[in-house]
Amino acid sequence: MENVYITIVLAPLIGAIVAGFFGGRIGRRGAHSVTIGGVAVAAVLSLWVLSRFIWGDAAVFNDAVYTWMVSDGIRFEVGFLVDKLTAVMMATVSFVSLMVHIYTIGYMADDEHNWPHGALSGKNSYQRFFSYISLFTFSMLMLVMSNNFMQLFFGWEAVGLVSYLLIGFWSTRESAIFANLKAFLVNRVGDFGFILGIAAVGMYFGSMDYAEVFAAAPEHADTQVQVFGGVSLMTLICILLFIGAMGKSAQVPLHVWLPDSMEGPTPISALIHAATMVTAGVFMVARMSPLYELSETALSFVLIIGATTAFFMGLIGLVQNDIKRVVAYSTLSQLGYMVTALGASAYAAGIFHLMTHAFFKALLFLAAGSVIIAMHHKQDIRDMGGLWRRMPLTWVTALLGSLALIGFPGFSGFFSKDAIIEAVGASHVAGSGYASLLLTAGVFVTALYSFRMYYLVFHGRERMDEHTKHHLHESPWVVTLPLVLLAIPSVFIGWYTIEPMLVNDWWVSGDWNPIVVAHDHDTLHHLREHWEGQAAFVHHGLGALPFVLAATGLTLATIIWWLFHKWNPRIDEQLQALGGPVTRILQDKYGFDDFNQRVFAGGSRSLGRVLWTTGDRAVIDGAIVNGSARSVGRMAQRFRHLQTGYLYHYAIAMIVGLVGLLTLFVTL
Amino acid sequence: MNELPLLTLTIWLPIIGGLVVLASGDKEKELSKWTALAFAILTFVVSLGLWIGFDSSTAEMQFVERAAWIPSFNVEYYLGVDGISMPLIVLTTFITIFVVIAGWEVITYKPTQYLAAFLIMEGVMVGVFSALDAVLFYVFWEAMLIPMFIIIGVWGGPNRVYATIKFFLYTFFGSVFMLIALIYMYFQSGSFSILDFHTLELGMKAQTLIFIAFLLAFAVKVPMFPVHTWLPDAHVEAPTGGSVILAAIMLKIGGYGFLRFSLPITPDASASLDWLIIALSLIAIVYIGFVALVQQDMKKLIAYSSIAHMGFVTLGFFIVFTIVMNPNVSGGSVMGIEGGMVQMISHGFISGALFLCVGVLYDRVHSREIADYGGVINTMPWFGAFMVYFAMANAGLPGTSGFVGEFMVILATFRADFWWAVLAATTLVLAAAFTLWMVKRVVFGEVKNDKVAALGDLNLRERINLGVLAAAVLALGLWPAPLMNVMHATVENLVEQVRVCKLPAAERGDCVLPVSERVALSLNQE
Repeated sequence: MENVYITIVLAPLIGAIVAGFFGGRIGRRGAHSVTIGGVAVAAVLSLWVLSRFIWGDAAVFNDAVYTWMVSDGIRFEVGFLVDKLTAVMMATVSFVSLMVHIYTIGYMADDEHNWPHGALSGKNSYQRFFSYISLFTFSMLMLVMSNNFMQLFFGWEAVGLVSYLLIGFWSTRESAIFANLKAFLVNRVGDFGFILGIAAVGMYFGSMDYAEVFAAAPEHADTQVQVFGGVSLMTLICILLFIGAMGKSAQVPLHVWLPDSMEGPTPISALIHAATMVTAGVFMVARMSPLYELSETALSFVLIIGATTAFFMGLIGLVQNDIKRVVAYSTLSQLGYMVTALGASAYAAGIFHLMTHAFFKALLFLAAGSVIIAMHHKQDIRDMGGLWRRMPLTWVTALLGSLALIGFPGFSGFFSKDAIIEAVGASHVAGSGYASLLLTAGVFVTALYSFRMYYLVFHGRERMDEHTKHHLHESPWVVTLPLVLLAIPSVFIGWYTIEPMLVNDWWVSGDWNPIVVAHDHDTLHHLREHWEGQAAFVHHGLGALPFVLAATGLTLATIIWWLFHKWNPRIDEQLQALGGPVTRILQDKYGFDDFNQRVFAGGSRSLGRVLWTTGDRAVIDGAIVNGSARSVGRMAQRFRHLQTGYLYHYAIAMIVGLVGLLTLFVTL
Repeated sequence: MNELPLLTLTIWLPIIGGLVVLASGDKEKELSKWTALAFAILTFVVSLGLWIGFDSSTAEMQFVERAAWIPSFNVEYYLGVDGISMPLIVLTTFITIFVVIAGWEVITYKPTQYLAAFLIMEGVMVGVFSALDAVLFYVFWEAMLIPMFIIIGVWGGPNRVYATIKFFLYTFFGSVFMLIALIYMYFQSGSFSILDFHTLELGMKAQTLIFIAFLLAFAVKVPMFPVHTWLPDAHVEAPTGGSVILAAIMLKIGGYGFLRFSLPITPDASASLDWLIIALSLIAIVYIGFVALVQQDMKKLIAYSSIAHMGFVTLGFFIVFTIVMNPNVSGGSVMGIEGGMVQMISHGFISGALFLCVGVLYDRVHSREIADYGGVINTMPWFGAFMVYFAMANAGLPGTSGFVGEFMVILATFRADFWWAVLAATTLVLAAAFTLWMVKRVVFGEVKNDKVAALGDLNLRERINLGVLAAAVLALGLWPAPLMNVMHATVENLVEQVRVCKLPAAERGDCVLPVSERVALSLNQE
């Protein structure tokens, strides 16, 4: 099996290298063929691996490929751990990536027009883009297939690098290169915690290997470390690791980079900033469940951060007018749901939502991209409307995606979101009441912003200018095919996979259980014990509060942005004006950006300047270095007077010296 | 050893080469250049023999050459390498090739003398790394200043006189104290052999004074805060090749000195004063990180970045004592030193490459100011790719060599103290901030002015230069094991040596470190 796994990761890498270094020679067609070929190999093999775990009797694979180095008795290796959790992630990542690769052929077709005339970096930008997304696929697969903490960090940072390159892909746009620097630095703040967490693991477990660390973890359940007084080791490790996840999975307050990352081309917003990379944090915490289960403090921390993100970021989605930013805030909010699930020890539900979300959110982004192509790269939803007539396929798939997102009964998002809300409701860690409240209210917000966008884009009056309207048409098949292929799982995957993922003990293979839940943290037990099939679950859901809220939100959105909007196109503006200060706070995104810009960015620059001008220049160079040079000079000026040239001066000096030395020797 | 005297060859081949090039003069420029390149490559090939023939299972000195030099003072021509010095020698011969290539057509004023200076410099630096006799070491150590002084002073920028004087006085100031310490130890041991110094019994007071004397010498070279201010000035004024040698090799000599002298000769003083080094290292990482952020001059920025990165080296070396003394932790001390070593090698590649990158721009536009650039990638895509790559390596991206050393040192530091590790880990944010912010302003964006619009991309010579360094950075990042294996035995032996209490029997009660039974015994027998 090792060869299969190596092929899965290397195929996209080879594609990336070929398209990246020989893009000019093999041309556009060559570049997209080779990268799509590579990713297709990875996708097919990943699906095969998953199918062997589902229907076959695939064994868990846990082995090193090569030893990176050995130091101090700790082996640092590069290797794979493939169990069912990994297999699900591999299949999701490679499938979505394949769809995005195909879609990119259409989306980036006219990319050279996006560069200033004569810019050399615009040349072969099409090939370069394919190279980057294949490189991303490689990095993400290395991340999820890792069997140790070091390689996890490798993948972690590598996806960050590709994200950096892709957000700043249109490098002549000031906003893009601001956004990519911001994304990288905010992620680095998270990684700062992450690497300390890894260091803590290395110190106390003497190993980087997951299996060894997990096996030894229970022994350290009561270990205390001195940080601020005594802290439980497990709490320390888990919170430090989670800080990394807060960066990568954009949780408050490290979420600020994700909305700005929309400066990148839309295919990568779908792949990296919605479906896969940003879920790495969720995957990581689920992977570390044997550690997190040992610290309720950490779980509670995770829960509160996740719920805060889920609700408050969703609210911002209500006042955004850029089609991609609405979807971006929706992503933040959904990531919050996943993270909250982790905090409630419902890791399986978190991963389940991760998977369904990957499909419907990739779908929504790609549909948004399809709209953006048709609109000639205009993204303001106030200037859209009525697109359903012109772009039927995009319209239907976007509708299906939106329904999945708001958790419409029977759609994939319904199963995963309801499971999370139920699990959080059953949780007893501190803050679970707060989380439960916010998640439930969040369902209403989700329905409202999703369908506000949906109606403003696809229904109502056509508000675009004549030129744009004239050229409106459905996108080519390379764009719509991925939409259709993603719409299918967005609708059905929840129905078909909820049983194995949440109800049966499917995750366990042999004596290896990737998702460990302590008995008293088992928040999914209610779901499991009362399970009577999907239909009953849907039926039950129809009478529950989340559905009522979603339905209310949907109805309200329909009334406001469809019915009212028809005879009063300024209704959206008026409603926002009505909101007054609340709207302003939301438009300011709670002031996070201003605060960071002023305090962290501005503060560090001022601090640097002060340290440099006073510390380095004034004190060290001015006072000490040049100062001592000056004082040597001054001393020399004085001593010069001793050398008078008069013989009797020297004679006296000699006598004084002689007497002095004699006294010294005599006394000694 | 038996066959070829490889170390002597590696030292004297480039020096002779330098003299040959010097003698040939500027008349046959092309021929002299090719001669210089041939000598540089030949030296590198010879030094590869050291790597290939190296026995990594032992901590003993290898390729030893020993002959009397000044018998009346027991001074010897005594050379040898172990797992610490051998990689540094190969780094030196490797980097010199790129310096020769980089100066190829850029230096128009007395080009042969320029190349000769670098070849001689190379031989002298290899001498520093391989000398096992204190006087020989000291001679090479001081001799190193002369070519560098000339390189900056002759081919430097407008403010070169201030920079050279500052550089010379700063470093000379430190080394004088080292000389006194070396002479003191000669009187104690009757020998100038550095290995004899390692087994010398020294009282706490003597150790402390020796430690401080060494510290003054090495801290200036590294350079450590607060004796670092000569470096930005020297870099700014130095020609590209000078900057590369300065950053890639000369700074490493300070780090090497700590491992060869301070730790094994004065372990007790080091243990009681380690807090000082650790504090200075952490200041270097954090304070200098902020200072680097606001630099307007690319070379200054990279110079400050070097100081911050070298902070990891000294941190890794001196974290050992806290770990050894911490009863809760087993192991970890080796990782700090090995991490510092890897950091030195890696920093040699990365800072060298970054200075070459700045050189590429400077050769075309004659400015180092960040503000004079913008959107360079639009006219120089190859250059942009390399610059982003090396910037990422400088920010410690995993998969590049920049990650390995920092990762190991952070892991080791965590074993010593949580908060130290927190401070050290700030480099993840700071290094990324100052490096990538520079990249944003220089490489990305719209073409800023006519000069940038007129830029031509890298030529073949520059592409080879940067390409080979890029490959080295990647190779070390993806598979550091070969380098680590070379130094394991030596570093483990060093840690063992550091645990020995060197205090005379009367002061044994004051031993800071636990005297490990076996080692203390062996010391007594001597």
